[in-house]
Amino acid sequence: MTEAAVCPVHHERDHPLHPPAGFAEAVAGGPVKMIWPNGVEAWMVSSYAGVRQVLSDSRFSTRKGGQPEMRTDDGDEVLDPDQPGNINGIDGAEHMRLRRPLSRGFMVKRMNELRPRIQQIVDEHLDVMEAEGAPADLVASLCLPLPSLVIAELLGVPPEHQELFQVTAGDLFGKNGSKDEYLAHATKLAEVLTPIVEEKRAAGTNDDMIGLMANDTDFSMEELIFLCIGLLAAGHETTSNFLGLFTLHLFEKPDQLEVLRRDPSRADVVVEELMRYTVGSLGGPGLTRRATEDVEVDGVLIKAGDWVSLSLMANLDEALCPGAEQLDLERDAVSHLGFGFGPHQCLGANLARAELQIGLRTLFERFPNLRPAVPVTEMSYRNDMITYGAAEIPVVW
Amino acid sequence: MTVRINQTGCIGSGQCVLAAPDVFDQSDDDGHGIVLVAEPSAELLPGVRDAVDRCPAQVVTLEE
Ligand code: HEM
Ligand code: SF4
Repeated sequence: MTEAAVCPVHHERDHPLHPPAGFAEAVAGGPVKMIWPNGVEAWMVSSYAGVRQVLSDSRFSTRKGGQPEMRTDDGDEVLDPDQPGNINGIDGAEHMRLRRPLSRGFMVKRMNELRPRIQQIVDEHLDVMEAEGAPADLVASLCLPLPSLVIAELLGVPPEHQELFQVTAGDLFGKNGSKDEYLAHATKLAEVLTPIVEEKRAAGTNDDMIGLMANDTDFSMEELIFLCIGLLAAGHETTSNFLGLFTLHLFEKPDQLEVLRRDPSRADVVVEELMRYTVGSLGGPGLTRRATEDVEVDGVLIKAGDWVSLSLMANLDEALCPGAEQLDLERDAVSHLGFGFGPHQCLGANLARAELQIGLRTLFERFPNLRPAVPVTEMSYRNDMITYGAAEIPVVW
Repeated sequence: MTVRINQTGCIGSGQCVLAAPDVFDQSDDDGHGIVLVAEPSAELLPGVRDAVDRCPAQVVTLEE
């Protein structure tokens, strides 16, 4: 066995919308062992079949603690692996206990009921953008406020607290900063959330997510608060970054933008393909799991105790669809891994889909001549966040 | 051909509903997938196969 290569996790991108330079070559040919910046070794799995296998195999645990990727500058792990309510860090029956009651709040039909309200939020923000005139920053005008308003309303956070949520959730998701700073943001959010939860518990209502969790489950107060923070954080940065990245990909590929313009009613299929391609092109390391038994993946024996990083570059694997390296908005939706797979697959996927479909469609319907005010390669991108995205998208129309 | 969902593993993701809305729904009680049409006609089968493929918990089965 050759010595493990250093993970090209921090490698520069040649183009802001392409994978880190050299990443595809480094991970080609099956699970490759790599050393992370914190010195931990992990297998990088990047094939479609391999990633799907690991994500749905219960012999891989999602429990955190000592994992290869880190969130803070000083190398601290942000989360205590035993943090109650950390839905993404527990396995099996314990996970199902938390996950099941939440599913009801994110059902497809419930998300469809939300669509008119999402449309209204999009319309209002685009009204303001139009009134203020070009050039505008699409991130501040639409991408950021949309998901944070929607998730706050879905949870049932009263409007007067919503600004604090937006700011604190942004801080919470930043990679730069120490564990102390993270804890300070989390404490601030918990202080606002606690009375809201208590109020809903006393009222016995279950018409929003907080009410549902407070009254229809056996969750402890600590679990509840942490789940709320988790939902705010997860629903906030990701969707916003992706709405921005989707737009940038379309700016870079006018023939593809034309496909959406010709038939905006296909926004649902278009969003699936953009999701597949965007997540795949981000490349780099991805979701983390740890083997609890020896398991063979793509012909390599992963030993019990080994860490595995699942690169969602797997979305560009030819095994998923022919021509997978190309964005093809005429393609039918395929079973991509943009929202993960297995029992931890994104809880908010159907919400994110609704926001992205309505946001993207409305944006280009209202501003058919929307274009970048500066070249896409000259915009500034946030590498300081867990999820990658454009810091600002200056547009004219 | 019979469509089934193994309820023990279902996480209520609704991917089956997206793949084949005429065959699947989600229960109002817990969001779990439910089969509306256990013996789907031929024209519904592609959607059902898609649901089998997309179900993140791999609990949708089509017995041929
Ligand atoms: C474009 C937007 C989004 C993307 C790309 C995305 C992606 C993902 C991925 C890949 C996972 C799997 C993590 C793993 O397997 O370890 C995940 C999990 C999760 N996502 Fe999302 N997500 C998005 C939006 C949202 C939204 C809007 C919410 C909530 C309102 C949300 C809440 C969650 C939660 C709670 C989990 C953990 C589920 C579990 O561990 O059981 N996400 N997301
Ligand atoms: S796709 Fe699978 S996990 Fe999701 S609701 Fe349907 S049966 Fe359940």
